[in-house]
Amino acid sequence: MIRIIPLLATTALAFVSCERRSDIEIANEENILIIGNSNEPKGLDPHLVSGVLESNIIRALFEGLVVDHPSKDSHSVDGVAFKDQIKHSDDFTEWTFHLNPEAKWSDGVAVTAHDFVFSYKRLLSPDPNWPAKYAEMLYFLKNGEAYHRSKLGHILCGNDPDFPLVWETLREANFEGDSKIKPKKFKGKIFSELNEQDLEKFSPYLTGKDTPDFDELNSTGSDFESLSTANKKVLFNSIGIDKLNRKQLLLLKDNLSLIKWSDNITTEVKQLVITRILSHHDAGKPKLWDKAEVGVSAINDSTLKLKLRGPTPYLLEVAKHYTWYPVPKHIILKHGEINTAYSSPWTKPKNIVSNGPFKLKSWRTNHLLEVERNPHYWDAEEVKLDGIRYLPIRNYYTETRMFGDEQLHLTYTVPSELIPMAKEKYAAELRQESYIGTRFLRVNTLNSPFDNPKVRRAFALAIDQKSICEEILQGGQAPASGIVPPFGDYKPPGLIKFDPEKAKALLQESGYESTSSFPDIDLLTTNSDSGLREAEALQAMWQKHLGIKVRIQQREWSTYLQNQYDFNYDIVVAGWIGDYLDPTTFLELWVTDGGNNNTAWSSKTFEDLLRKAEKSSDITTRMTILSEAEETIMNDIPVLPIYWYTTNYLIRPEVKNWNPLLLNNHPFKFIEIDKN
Amino acid sequence: MLRIILSRLLQTLVVVFLLVTFTFFAIRMMPGNPFADVKALTEENKAAMERLYGLDKPLHIQYANYWKNVLLEGDFGDSFSMKGRKVSTLISESFPISLKLGLLSLFLAMSLGIPLGIIAALFHNKWQDYTAMIIAMAGICIVTFVLGPIFQLSFAKPLSWLNVAGWSRPSDVILPAITLCFGVAAYLARLTRGGMLDILSQDYIRSAKAKGVSQLNIITKHALRPALVPAVTFLGPAFAAIITGSFVVESIFLIPGMGQYFVLGIQNQDYTLVLGLVLFYGILMGIANLMSDLALIFMDPKLRNS
Amino acid sequence: MSTSVKALPAGLKDVEKGSSLWADAYVRLKKNKLAMLGGIIVISILITCFVIAPILSWIGFDGNEQDLANKFAGPSTKNLLGTDQLGRDLLMRVLQGGQISLLVAIMATMLTVTIGVIYGGIAGYVGGRIGNAMMRIVDGLLAMPFLIIVILFREVISGQVDEIARFLIDDWGWNDNDVLRFANLIPLTFAIAGFGWLSMGRIVRSSAASLAQQEFVEAARSLGLSHRRILFRHILPNMLGPIIIYATLTIPSFILYEATLSYIGLGIEPPNSSWGKLIQEGANYLETNITVLAVPAVLFSLTLFAFNFLGDGLRDALDPKASKD
Repeated sequence: MIRIIPLLATTALAFVSCERRSDIEIANEENILIIGNSNEPKGLDPHLVSGVLESNIIRALFEGLVVDHPSKDSHSVDGVAFKDQIKHSDDFTEWTFHLNPEAKWSDGVAVTAHDFVFSYKRLLSPDPNWPAKYAEMLYFLKNGEAYHRSKLGHILCGNDPDFPLVWETLREANFEGDSKIKPKKFKGKIFSELNEQDLEKFSPYLTGKDTPDFDELNSTGSDFESLSTANKKVLFNSIGIDKLNRKQLLLLKDNLSLIKWSDNITTEVKQLVITRILSHHDAGKPKLWDKAEVGVSAINDSTLKLKLRGPTPYLLEVAKHYTWYPVPKHIILKHGEINTAYSSPWTKPKNIVSNGPFKLKSWRTNHLLEVERNPHYWDAEEVKLDGIRYLPIRNYYTETRMFGDEQLHLTYTVPSELIPMAKEKYAAELRQESYIGTRFLRVNTLNSPFDNPKVRRAFALAIDQKSICEEILQGGQAPASGIVPPFGDYKPPGLIKFDPEKAKALLQESGYESTSSFPDIDLLTTNSDSGLREAEALQAMWQKHLGIKVRIQQREWSTYLQNQYDFNYDIVVAGWIGDYLDPTTFLELWVTDGGNNNTAWSSKTFEDLLRKAEKSSDITTRMTILSEAEETIMNDIPVLPIYWYTTNYLIRPEVKNWNPLLLNNHPFKFIEIDKN
Repeated sequence: MLRIILSRLLQTLVVVFLLVTFTFFAIRMMPGNPFADVKALTEENKAAMERLYGLDKPLHIQYANYWKNVLLEGDFGDSFSMKGRKVSTLISESFPISLKLGLLSLFLAMSLGIPLGIIAALFHNKWQDYTAMIIAMAGICIVTFVLGPIFQLSFAKPLSWLNVAGWSRPSDVILPAITLCFGVAAYLARLTRGGMLDILSQDYIRSAKAKGVSQLNIITKHALRPALVPAVTFLGPAFAAIITGSFVVESIFLIPGMGQYFVLGIQNQDYTLVLGLVLFYGILMGIANLMSDLALIFMDPKLRNS
Repeated sequence: MSTSVKALPAGLKDVEKGSSLWADAYVRLKKNKLAMLGGIIVISILITCFVIAPILSWIGFDGNEQDLANKFAGPSTKNLLGTDQLGRDLLMRVLQGGQISLLVAIMATMLTVTIGVIYGGIAGYVGGRIGNAMMRIVDGLLAMPFLIIVILFREVISGQVDEIARFLIDDWGWNDNDVLRFANLIPLTFAIAGFGWLSMGRIVRSSAASLAQQEFVEAARSLGLSHRRILFRHILPNMLGPIIIYATLTIPSFILYEATLSYIGLGIEPPNSSWGKLIQEGANYLETNITVLAVPAVLFSLTLFAFNFLGDGLRDALDPKASKD
């Protein structure tokens, strides 16, 4: 009881002395923007986060080479580098940036080209302890991928003038290992009884009479010398030349046929490759940054040079992504090693230093994150706001109500249930804009029935996309005819459209006699309400148009993800938001074993087209090739497109310069609160 | 007296130990992976993460290490899902908020539930009884996730000094506390009513009545204290439950309290966070129970002497 | 009720008092108008959900058929209470949701009573250190995070249940809709009961402990009856009162549990729904289409009121110590 008294007193006080002005009135006076940001950020290290909500904060704290134009897509303005002084070679493979000498970290230290080199080296770090999720964004850099994935053969031989002619052919050699033939996967099976599909996996590595024995392979452990030749072949090829240990390399040196090489390589070259890798082992596996010659270098403090893997006319679009931002070398090294990932000590509120228009003011978990003006920012005079408050509002209904009660300038989203009300009540404040993102269904192509492309197509064509957009979502979303949303110069092949008749016909062709003999299918989704309504609608559509009853499985986020990685699903509702304005941000997802593929689908034709596009410097040709690549996916259809996203949010009229942008990456330095 | 307290504390410790042990193994049986993120981890990455958090060791070693860290170093470990934050920090930041909310709503529940219960008992089976009980029961019959939004729309929007949600103004505690209090108030009213009916039928009250002692006097001087015994017994566990079980209210009113961690921790498979919470909750519950028992002893002279 | 009284061995002194207890109780219950009203409401809701709803569905009303273009329609002859956000018949959805909520709550209560009575009865009868230890375990489990249990049960049990359901459908030719809908409830029921029996166990233990001290039990002991016989034939029948009361009060609290689980996304498998799930989804339309919230919420609240008042009334009536005015 006694403890309650002071509490009562404060409450009573609150009643008397309460603030009668709304949060917005106060914030407007303080010149601070309050925005709903959907959830607690997982971190502030630009190299370790991967979500949209984190990027909203990082964009205020950090700044890249160039900055998004506040109102025009695919345009940039000065960032750390001077926009006008950017030079590139005619084929768009070499770029030079001149950095603004006034660019400073929030502790006053200058931002130099070395910070960028350090930053890219850090993100690409090949250390398995380094949990960066977005290192692929730097694969645009020459040798970026080779360094990140520790491709020893490539690094030690590929960049070497000794190998000028053979490297191209050498690339076919099995440096990386083939995870599909890992002996563990065939535990308990007998080689001679494998089905055709599985035998196919071994055919590149084995000759005529070779019959490996999986039991022996799995039981011997590290004692590989006693294995039969066939077993050694399976083992070595599953590991790959790059990852063989010293003892295995020595054995390979004496018996070169244990691994797959390409035909026209001389024994001498093979020996040379092995010797190089062996000497790397002998040198205690030194870090390979210098040898890898990754395409980033600092000519001097204020000149940064990038060499790219191929012509990239849209580099500036890519470089606006936060993975390309610099991180403060001097601060990171003060609080740890280059890639001390664990909890990123340098991003703790008391340590963090940033180079953007704002710096971190306070961060209370699940409560509030606030940034304030960065006085050392090179363009500080042009920054309009004095600060931004990010509220982690998970409940979007609450968020909309808070907006109505003058507690927020800007909401993260408007839940579809409330859109009809918002259209009426907040007609001036509601914005519905195109957004570069696609909602789709992944299917597990490993299992029946979705190993059959006809079934996949039948399921795709039985989705009444228009009804989902107009009756359920109501936010102006558009039916998706493919995986890449339409924008700029890209012409989508447009292959998917609701067609129940054709869907039915396809299902009949697929060889499943009747719907009752159809295998049980689970539709995996998260446990959010919006996901549920979509899933229920899909369930009803498939039932109605195909006569197939699908079960809905709602799972918590971590289980939802893990089930996909383990291929423990049949069909799953998912989505992807583009990282930069180019179709590759959607197409690269579906490469073999890509971290976001999760469908087990892979196609050489598709990947060849992507590689071909990488080499093309003509924009129109490139887009045609990419469109062809999308066609390959949509023909084989491991993903069923549902709709193209839009953004739906509420914004107060006094917030100026917040214009429609396809990526929804609004540069905070230009945002203004107009008090009148 | 001291012996009772000590033995109860010892029992609490045993209970907490069992609880943590059970949770430790149960949470590892759950599906999913604590490190699952928007992109599949490579085998190497996964192994590295497991090494980092000591999950690569045999289970019994992990278990021993957990207790070693907790008991010897007072370290509950780092949260898996909220990188770089200690479980102890998360709890110490959110507990005061939950405590403030919990105490206020408990107070509101008592000031609503107990009078209603007394009225209901005094007018047993009359309209006053029915009205009081209907009011008390309304709280548990309208679920919090409906009550909360209704309060937001009907009070916070029209009243300029009251915010819809958030935790920045002193007045922000009011609506969530009211939303939370109804559930407890209903039980308190019911228990008070039962207790009161029980006491009023006792012989000593009847004889007091017969002697012409006034109704008010009987209630305040003789009946109230013993009649509240069942309600007070309930207060301890209710207090613990209100502090940790407020996930729904926290989500609706955007309160950075402790309740959300119980749900998020489990959904994200944040082993250390869940274990830390269970440990904390177990102790809290033990203390809350002890407090309500002590209150009982204080209230009931018969118990005080024995 | 009379059977349980007859189960008491003749010659023990409680018999006479016992029979008058039940009759007395009914008289007292009848005096409590609110409790009687509660009882009538409970019965009519049970009839509506389990008798009228199947008839409606037999006539052709379907709670799962969607008509997206016809969402949020007003009442019509086709949809007596209009349609929901996906154009499904609201009345049927609410009634079918009620079936599930009530089934889960009732089945979980039955489980709770069974486990609670056995565990609590033994703990109370045996008493001493063992009984105490058994109760400390209960205390510990009470502080256990409920969600872990629910998720574990879902994963562990649902596989088994699915297999049985498949077997019933494929080999016995049962209606797959009904079987799957029911199979879906089992993990949830077990999860709720897995937590709910703890309070039941405590209550049973305390009454069993006090009964174990009574003279008639000592008499039975001196007659050399086995412990099992004493426990189940003598102590248990005398605890029926508190058990029935508690069970009546447990049903509404389990309906609430289920609703809270639905809020977190751990409830029943869609497209099937429960009251909790319907209310939770309906709450999202608070500002736009209040009907989809109001219909399930009213029925849900009414049921909760009714069960609670009936339970309270039963307690007043059955508790021998309660006032006789």
